[in-house]
Amino acid sequence: MLYREAGQFRATYAEDQQIFPLRQDRIGVAALLVFAFVVIPLVGDQYWLSAILTPFLIFALAALGLNILTGYAGQLSLGTAAFMAVGAFATYNFVLRVPGIPILVAFVLAGICAALVGIAFGLPSLRIKGFYLAVATLAAQFFVLWAIQRIGWITNYSASGVITAQNYSILGIPIDTPVSKYVLTLSIVTVLALLAKNLARSETGRAFMAVRDMDVAASVIGIPLMRTKLLAFAISSFYCGVAGALYAYTYLGTVEPEAFNLDLSFRILFMIIIGGVGSVLGSFLGAAFIVLLPIVLNYVVPPVSEATGIEISHAIISNLELMIFGGLIIFFLIVEPHGLARLWQIGKEKLRLWPFPH
Amino acid sequence: MAGPVSFFFEVLFSGLLAGVMYSLVALGFVLIYKASGVFNFAQGAMVFFAALTFVSLVERGVNFWLAMAITLAVMILLGILTERVVLRPLINQPPITLFMATIGLTFFLEGLSQGIWGAQPHGLDIGIRDEPMEWLADRTGMFLSQFDLFASGIAAVLVTVLALFFQRTRIGRALRAVADDHQAALAVGIPLKHIWAIVWAVAGFVALVAGLLWGARTGVQYALTFVALKALPVLILGGFESIAGAIVGGLIIGASEKLAEVYLGPYVGGGIESWFPYVLALAFLLFRPEGLFGEKHIDRV
Repeated sequence: MLYREAGQFRATYAEDQQIFPLRQDRIGVAALLVFAFVVIPLVGDQYWLSAILTPFLIFALAALGLNILTGYAGQLSLGTAAFMAVGAFATYNFVLRVPGIPILVAFVLAGICAALVGIAFGLPSLRIKGFYLAVATLAAQFFVLWAIQRIGWITNYSASGVITAQNYSILGIPIDTPVSKYVLTLSIVTVLALLAKNLARSETGRAFMAVRDMDVAASVIGIPLMRTKLLAFAISSFYCGVAGALYAYTYLGTVEPEAFNLDLSFRILFMIIIGGVGSVLGSFLGAAFIVLLPIVLNYVVPPVSEATGIEISHAIISNLELMIFGGLIIFFLIVEPHGLARLWQIGKEKLRLWPFPH
Repeated sequence: MAGPVSFFFEVLFSGLLAGVMYSLVALGFVLIYKASGVFNFAQGAMVFFAALTFVSLVERGVNFWLAMAITLAVMILLGILTERVVLRPLINQPPITLFMATIGLTFFLEGLSQGIWGAQPHGLDIGIRDEPMEWLADRTGMFLSQFDLFASGIAAVLVTVLALFFQRTRIGRALRAVADDHQAALAVGIPLKHIWAIVWAVAGFVALVAGLLWGARTGVQYALTFVALKALPVLILGGFESIAGAIVGGLIIGASEKLAEVYLGPYVGGGIESWFPYVLALAFLLFRPEGLFGEKHIDRV
């Protein structure tokens, strides 16, 4: 009743090609953006802004990057955290070594650095596929972290490779409060997410999907495999690089190379599996799920242990968390291989008919 | 005859022997891949799970062989459960989905084993000392651990048994048939479900052996799960489908890793063991994308 396309006619190409063709979607997205940009900064407390919402947005961005590569272009990568590390440490160096560089320019340049590294490690994808490629991307993971830890110049010769994000400001406004950091993160993530949404239905995005579905067939119909695969690696790594830069500059403030270990890569992979492979919305849903799960567990488990009289320690909670993560991955793969995004889509289908199902 | 030449051989041999340890882990991967086309990322977690279960039983006063038997039973049960709960519902899904499911399994097993047995590291003594052999050191000036030799002996026995099992027994033939073509195997009456359960149980057994040897070498602790990461370059170098490939790949990786660390490491700041095998395997893949002994795939559209 409320959510349907009936009666919405498109008279121009511009209308036909907009990102959200349905009026209800446009209203929904606009309402969400207003809520995120205006209401949350006004009412959100420090803990929520800096410990939950900001990391959620950053992880969503990284998941979006991985989703472009794995979900759209079909190249499984286990090296996401490495590209994030490149972004974080490149930003640090740009700010450190180029006096007066605007922070946004530094973020973009860092993303480009990550993209170049991504292209370098994407090169094997031209020859190898599937599991072999997944293992090959592990090379990126280990090599990049090793390089950051060993090459003192990258970390400005700090002991143990820890860097501290410099103070920065945009247009004279210092970004040092949880609210300003949240708004900065949100703005960048919004822009990049809309770009990704647009990319998915562009010629490039369609080429990605053709390569994912069958690369030999794609090359037969004239899609240049090399350019497409490397472009997927470049764009994906750019997103991950920017996410890594934000991870250092708006979330943690102080990062060590080990923060970008294989575990982080897996967490981001889990986000796209749970959220939905090949879906922009899914990246956000998956990130929300993975960020919120430990917090929910910490809230839920103590009352349960009190009610049942069973002593549950922190070690058990963290192990329980691992088991629940693992179990959920398997559960989602079996029950809903397309993740939370698919559930949302089913909900929308139902909504079109509601309240008269027939 | 101590000197640079002898030192080179010492490094080479200790690398080769370390490579055998990698091969042991890689074998578990190959077994499952051969029989079900699943790239089982959880092999490392299985190694950890087996070793931790065994060592915890022994520490609770269970007899060595009884603990071994119980652990083996647990691993077989785990294999059967995995087949029933994880793999059977995922039949006919793309391989990448199955791969991700095994990553989920990895996390589940890591949480489970530490949840049951606790996260503190354990020492494991299987009666073989990890120290250089004196007679060899006296004769040739090379320091090689007798533990390494013992491990390679075990690996040799294991590989022989597995090769015989695959080539000579009814079940082995069935396994190879399933690996070739699931549908055709089903059509000639091979019970796919049983076969998968068997293969996961065998992989559990290999994980137990690898877990005992690695546990005795490094102690039973969480880091044991990273052993699987060491085995991955071995796999892509040797090819996923080949037992011989796992062995040869392990030897190449082990030897080149140690040689690179000793002769190349000082120039770039050391610690290159973490990524050198990957880069080596990667460079190799560029010339032979299906690995050393892997089967060549022809794509049809």
